[in-house]
Amino acid sequence: MPTVAGLVAIVFVVSHIIPSDPAALVAGEAATPEQIAAVRKKLGFDQPMHVQLGAYFWKLMQGDMGNSLFTTRPVWDDLSGRLPATIELTLAAMAVSTLVGVPLGVVAALRRNTWLDHAVRVITVGGLAVASFWLAILLQLLFSMELGWAPLNARLQGFPPPAVTGLLTIDALIAGNLGVLGKALAHLALPTITLAVPGLATLVRFTRAGVLDVLQSGFVQYQRAMGIPWRVIVWKYVLRNALVSTVTQIGLLFGILLAGAVVVETVFDWPGIGNYAFNAIFSSDYNAIVGFTLWAGTVFILVNLLVDLAHSAIDPREARS
Amino acid sequence: MKALVFIVSRLYRDRSAFLGALIILALVVVALAAPLLVSHPDAAWAMNPQVRLRPPGGEFLFGTDRMGGDIYARVIYGARITLTIAVVAVGVSLLIGVPVGLVAGFYGHWLGEVLMRVSDIFLAVPQIVLAIAIALTLGPSIENVILALSLTYWPWFTRLVYAETQSLKNEVFIEAAMALGVPPWRIIVTHILPNVASPIIVRTSIGMGFTILTAAALGFLGLGAPPPAPEWGRMISESREHLPDAWWYALAPGLAIFLVVMGFNLLGDGLRDILDPRIRRAQHGRG
Amino acid sequence: MAAADILAVRDLAVAFASDAGLAQVLDRVNLTIRRGEVMGLVGESGCGKSTLARAVLGVLPENAARIGGGRVMFDGEDLLRIGPEEMSDRVRGRRITFIPQDPYGSFNPLFSVGDQVMEIMRWKSKRRPEGERGYPRARRAADRAEAIELLRQVQIPEPEAALSKLPHEFSGGQRQRLMIAMALLPQPDLIIADEPTTALDVTIQAQILRLLRKLVKGRGISVLFTTHDMGTAHEICDRITVLYAGQEMETAPVDAFFVRPAHQYTARLLDSLPNPDREIREIGGEIPRLIDPPQGCRFHPRCAAATDICRSQRPDERAVAAGHVVRCHHPHEGARHAA
Ligand SMILES: Nc1ncnc2c1ncn2[C@@H]1O[C@H](COP(=O)(O)OP(=O)(O)O)[C@@H](O)[C@H]1O
Ligand SMILES: [Mg+2]
Repeated sequence: MPTVAGLVAIVFVVSHIIPSDPAALVAGEAATPEQIAAVRKKLGFDQPMHVQLGAYFWKLMQGDMGNSLFTTRPVWDDLSGRLPATIELTLAAMAVSTLVGVPLGVVAALRRNTWLDHAVRVITVGGLAVASFWLAILLQLLFSMELGWAPLNARLQGFPPPAVTGLLTIDALIAGNLGVLGKALAHLALPTITLAVPGLATLVRFTRAGVLDVLQSGFVQYQRAMGIPWRVIVWKYVLRNALVSTVTQIGLLFGILLAGAVVVETVFDWPGIGNYAFNAIFSSDYNAIVGFTLWAGTVFILVNLLVDLAHSAIDPREARS
Repeated sequence: MKALVFIVSRLYRDRSAFLGALIILALVVVALAAPLLVSHPDAAWAMNPQVRLRPPGGEFLFGTDRMGGDIYARVIYGARITLTIAVVAVGVSLLIGVPVGLVAGFYGHWLGEVLMRVSDIFLAVPQIVLAIAIALTLGPSIENVILALSLTYWPWFTRLVYAETQSLKNEVFIEAAMALGVPPWRIIVTHILPNVASPIIVRTSIGMGFTILTAAALGFLGLGAPPPAPEWGRMISESREHLPDAWWYALAPGLAIFLVVMGFNLLGDGLRDILDPRIRRAQHGRG
Repeated sequence: MAAADILAVRDLAVAFASDAGLAQVLDRVNLTIRRGEVMGLVGESGCGKSTLARAVLGVLPENAARIGGGRVMFDGEDLLRIGPEEMSDRVRGRRITFIPQDPYGSFNPLFSVGDQVMEIMRWKSKRRPEGERGYPRARRAADRAEAIELLRQVQIPEPEAALSKLPHEFSGGQRQRLMIAMALLPQPDLIIADEPTTALDVTIQAQILRLLRKLVKGRGISVLFTTHDMGTAHEICDRITVLYAGQEMETAPVDAFFVRPAHQYTARLLDSLPNPDREIREIGGEIPRLIDPPQGCRFHPRCAAATDICRSQRPDERAVAAGHVVRCHHPHEGARHAA
């Protein structure tokens, strides 16, 4: 929590020294200097920084993140309205990275130094080096413009299934509407791939290294000497040991995904929080910027808690100590 | 010197690290020799609307952009921007991050504590978000991109050096030196710094790649060097309005970023293998 | 191979590839184990004991090890001719089980002891029909009851509770008891115990050895027991084969081995033992490099009795007494005094 508070303070200060004058933006182009000054006073921008910061924290503790200067709606409402889109995208990317990355890492380790391992290595090295916005453009060029398989931009709009979770794919599933599900997935595909690539590459590398380490250990040799089927040794025992360090990576992955979301959502016009943050930054929307930071910091800390929980699920020694 | 010979000879044997080193060497050469590689001195900035959006081939190896600029020449000159940003930003991060980590790790002083907390805060939020905020505050220019990246990357070095220093502090040879009354600054310089050098070198190489990617993202978002500077990220951003017809527009700059980042990553991996046999290849991700 | 033999290793050659070249780790080794006996394989560290054990089990490291020839006859069947899948499925863990050297590292720290014991039962229990895929409840319950009974026999306190504990909650000695139980559970014909007491405290070693001997004798199970410790071999073995630098030197019943060693190497080895009434005499010279091993008898560079023939020709087997075979051109005459 102190970390989040510190984070908010830093971003608050940084965002408030952005030289453009938000009061002028809010007041409109035709506003007179007096009108602008009035707006500034109304918004509290004439106060010294520490007073503003104190006031912000005070309101925050009452659950009020202030209003967005740009959309004029409460930042909380803006964020929660955009939350499902980001969650859907981030979870999808997380799922792809994990479900593809972990098995790929295991297989690369098992087939060490074969053409498969080398191929995986080339892909991961490439995945870590490719700029996501460039990858996005390549994907759009190929799959949207050339092949026409996936829509160019944005999230599925119009005729949404009845909102339950706010995640279109899940809601479509719940409603049993496969047509909408297909469309929602088509919209989701390219941003998900773009966002997933660096995380996937990271996970492959960690899993591979972890599995190679575990394969050397005495208990693997013992089980092999006792004739336990190799697939059982690998997928039940070795994998769990390798996952201990991979889970930490999955936690860190969330940071990568959050960062990536700002760029990927912007490129694909995805109506999520990353996109919101980007616009907020460009329109000097203090409250929105700070609100986003608060959200990102909180998510980061929550994810770390989850990682700790996952650790004790995997490693019973931790659960018992 | 001996150490350097050792590193170079080992690098030579590790094929992928060697490839990485070659790519980086090529980047440096291209950046330095840019004027010799283009047809005339202004090639990267010249605008010839009559040849705008020409596909690759003939006079224009990688095609032309929306202003009729030669993408080949612009990518060549872009290497200068990229290299400058990466070297200066990572250099400044080193200059801030290493001393802070050393002091905080060695003395564990209240100031060290505070600095570590501050670095925690920086690490708790995606670097690019902070960098965007700072770059915006300062306005779009190369100098400000460098500043934004330096201000947000130093905590990585601090963390690394801090952790290493803390564990070294309890080593027998350090404790012995302290018991002998060797002044702390000498212990730091003669005993601790050489021992943390390896991870720092590795992190520097990886950090270069990472910084180049972030800088390109800033450029892409419109926060980098203002036009007409031949900045790779911005070139990719410009291309979006001309797709799919000008398919080549983003190709060369994107490939350039890809190659250069890959070069630093491969080199970093190789250096890690050579300098730190404890840690296997592959035990790191982005960042 | 006689019907009374459970295992007969014949002229087994194994090499390891390394950067420096091929290391000839086992050179045409012969070893026989009779049904129901504890056979000791003794020799200094690095002489190839574990390599022989792994070769029998079929778990030599695939990328480095090369089998240069020979046969491993187990109950009338050459194990070197059985494919890896079948070896793992039908032989390992079922007919031949294994007790490792390191009871600390041989348990997966993340799984309960019960999980790991029952994994063996699931695949290797005598109740398992050929090719069964799942693990039916009834069989699981019966297997579990059997496991608990065996844990009791190896003197694990509160065997039922023990199954739900994690490996690190047991002492080294207890873990090795668990390993012994796991080796016995599939009711094998042969147990390969690779230095099973080396990692344990001296005080615990004797207990474990007695326990192991009692349990295998009661069941008529044969054991290949490797050790570099003569005292340990003396305590548990019926017969002993000495291995030196990848060649077997001498095989004898345990008493004859200690009282009337026939090989120059064995005699020197026994002389080097700490003995209350004699000084320790080191064996001069060094263990040879296996990449470029001595020709003939590999012991000849260190042997006082060596002659030209020792340098060129590996000695054939020579019987010096009933069941006492030596491979030496100049076997040691007469009995050693006091053992
Ligand atoms: N995986 C391996 N790769 C290369 N050489 C090996 C390997 N395993 C064992 N060796 C070599 O084989 C020889 C015998 O080793 P080992 O069978 O473990 O001896 P022991 O069990 O008698 O101590 C040693 O010289 C050792 O260095
Ligand atoms: Mg051994």
